[in-house]
Amino acid sequence: METLAMHISNGIIDGPVAAVFAVIALAAMAYCVMRGRQDLDDRLAPMAGLVAAFLFAVQMLNFPIFTAGVSGHLLGGALAAMLVGPWVGALCVAVVLVVQALVFGDGGVAMLGLNITNMAVIGIAVAYLLIALLLRVLPRSPAGLAVTAFVAALVSVVVAAMGFVLQYQLGGTTDLGGNLAGLAGTMAVSHLFIGIGEGLITATTVVTVAKVRPDLVYALRALKPVASATAPTVGGVR
Amino acid sequence: MKKWGFLAGGLLVALLLASVVSNFASSHPDGLDSSLREGCTFDANDEITGGSCPAQQEREHEVGGPFADYGIAGLDNDFLSTGLSGALGVLLTFAVAGGAFWLVRRREPAAGNDTGAERTDPAATSGG
Repeated sequence: METLAMHISNGIIDGPVAAVFAVIALAAMAYCVMRGRQDLDDRLAPMAGLVAAFLFAVQMLNFPIFTAGVSGHLLGGALAAMLVGPWVGALCVAVVLVVQALVFGDGGVAMLGLNITNMAVIGIAVAYLLIALLLRVLPRSPAGLAVTAFVAALVSVVVAAMGFVLQYQLGGTTDLGGNLAGLAGTMAVSHLFIGIGEGLITATTVVTVAKVRPDLVYALRALKPVASATAPTVGGVR
Repeated sequence: MKKWGFLAGGLLVALLLASVVSNFASSHPDGLDSSLREGCTFDANDEITGGSCPAQQEREHEVGGPFADYGIAGLDNDFLSTGLSGALGVLLTFAVAGGAFWLVRRREPAAGNDTGAERTDPAATSGG
């Protein structure tokens, strides 16, 4: 098999910009550890390990997209945010990226900050904001859950891709002659299609887990429907 | 008990995806890679033959290592190479992430731990 690079490789973004994003990523992950500890109890910790392992597996599954000769794969932000929450979810994505960079030669080690910022910080933040919003306005049904997962995944992938375009504007190593719009365009179109795949995988996985073990879906536990805030819950009746 | 069943099942699914299904994954460059290759032409070996694109600036990976590019160095069988490295990645990721999360997890306050210990002690004595 030839080179299989899924993340930003060395040399694509210059050193100083990569270093700045390394600091940003490190600070963001430290904050996620602080906030995530509140969520991480004896039950969530192994579940979060499983989510990270699952993300690693599904990221290997490049699927063909509409554009000929181009593939896509899961980034996993929306899936992780749904299952284990935004703070622990961001840490799951970051662990996957670190393992991929250090052991599998995928994504430069010097570029880790850029990759973590795009996928673990931007991807998760956008996904969770949408999840929090949509779960409150959509009906509490498998369909509502599926739509939430699909939309959060799709949008977060496209925005994460734009994170790279911003980084390229700041420290890209090839002078595109002011043609950054071209790069933004190809990134946006390809990731729109990748986002559809990501949305389908995320919705399928989340609905499946919600069917088997609804208590293991963080978003369903943390974001109670508005109605239950006023009316007593099932447990409260007893 | 139920928790461990879900965990084991999930891990098994991840292992199957990474070791078997991964062999049927598309080998085309992904969205990022293909965007960076825009403007260049490539030969059958994926070497740049002409044009100008961001991918030309790509530099060697710092680590590389025996599992670089999701394979196992020296193993000629592509199916085994991809499958074994995928399985290894799943187990390694589970160990690193699960271990780290277990270490930083929220412990019940000291008082809670004490009552927990007291609760198990009488049970153990009454059972024996």
